[in-house]
Amino acid sequence: MNIRNLISYLLLIIFLGVVQIFFLKNLALFGVAFAFVYLLGILVLPISIRTVPLLFIAFALGFLIDLFYETIGMHTAAATFLAFARSIWLRSISPTGGYAEMEEPSLAEMGFGWFLSYSFPLIFGYSLVFFTADQWGTGGLWSILNKSLFSSIFTCLLVILVQLLFFKRRRGI
Amino acid sequence: MLRILQFLYRIRAFILFVFLEVAAVWMIVSNNSPQGAAFFNSSNALVGSLLKQQADVVQFFSLAEVNEALTDENAEILEKLLALQVPADSMPIPLDSAFAATYQFRGARVIGTSLRFSQNYLTLNKGAKDGIKPGMGIFNPYGVVGRVKSVSENYSVAFSLLNTGLMISSKIKSTDVFGSVQWDGKNSTEARLLFVPRHVVATAGDTVVTSGFNAVFPEGIHIGIISNVAPDEKDPNYLNLTVKLSTDFSKVSYVYLVENTQFNELDSLHRQSEISNEY
Repeated sequence: MNIRNLISYLLLIIFLGVVQIFFLKNLALFGVAFAFVYLLGILVLPISIRTVPLLFIAFALGFLIDLFYETIGMHTAAATFLAFARSIWLRSISPTGGYAEMEEPSLAEMGFGWFLSYSFPLIFGYSLVFFTADQWGTGGLWSILNKSLFSSIFTCLLVILVQLLFFKRRRGI
Repeated sequence: MLRILQFLYRIRAFILFVFLEVAAVWMIVSNNSPQGAAFFNSSNALVGSLLKQQADVVQFFSLAEVNEALTDENAEILEKLLALQVPADSMPIPLDSAFAATYQFRGARVIGTSLRFSQNYLTLNKGAKDGIKPGMGIFNPYGVVGRVKSVSENYSVAFSLLNTGLMISSKIKSTDVFGSVQWDGKNSTEARLLFVPRHVVATAGDTVVTSGFNAVFPEGIHIGIISNVAPDEKDPNYLNLTVKLSTDFSKVSYVYLVENTQFNELDSLHRQSEISNEY
């Protein structure tokens, strides 16, 4: 990752953080669909990144969101889980030729179908951890599954939308 | 030995993952336990000031509504004040002065809130500097809002009534039957009134107010209106009462804080006689 990528990544994180904290914090469509658009910051990190720094980035990002959400630990636990699951999931869905040429698992580089099958299970896993922590001892399994499913659909839509709007498309594709 | 070290090095990512998850779970637990010190929350200066900026913008649009509520409340208070004025031809008897000083009130503004989780919190724009203390009750002109959890110099964080960990001692106004209001984590406009025995006649439409027993809220602050009465499925000795909350938690902006100046005395008396009092 060169310095230019680093700066644009930091800008992305700040943008996602601001959107998450100021606009999406109290948004829940029909009371069940939450949006965790900041996860895009973990999802689009380069494929070649090692798991250890990835875990630290996810932990820090989750903690930052937690500070504003007043839910200390919940986003942190879920985001760390997502980061760990990401490296396993990337390995298991690698195309036959491997990832050699591509750099980051984004919509523009990998295509719509691949990105959906990459991001949706991860975001669903994240939501599952998050709502389990949230409803620990109070809500039933049904309400956790319900919220997780709709939140991950909504988040996926937003994550794709953000990429369509703000990510530069590769020339020639 | 080298083998073991090599093995540990190979699964270092997994070990780190487990370590970070344990740290996160520890944070969740320590944040949610009532006695646990919460170090990181939105009452710290940077987060608080950012949330305040946001609230400044958002709350501008609800000023008209807030004004209206304040006017209504003023009118009500004026009415009570008139009733208190002694007619010229009578002889007032001074009441016990200790009662008059039992509760102290303060005002604050909500700068951060949530209502979609099962543990919801509020952030207020006043802190220890303005005399806010952990344990103070919070209400607004419509009804009970919550209870202060922790304070910093300039900000404070409070349990919302929409927090499954908070119980508020309350009673049905018409019959004086008391119970505890607790949120069940489902609908942000409804809560449950617990521990009301089966023989009590409760009807939908009865008003539920604070009981004044828990030494946090004075007696008679609105909580809500009973909207549904049903026998409890789990414990047939109690009723399952649904209370429609009178506070609209999606637009809580200005609140009052109430402090019981004799709370410490009451609390130590309870401790001395080994009664655990609920809040």
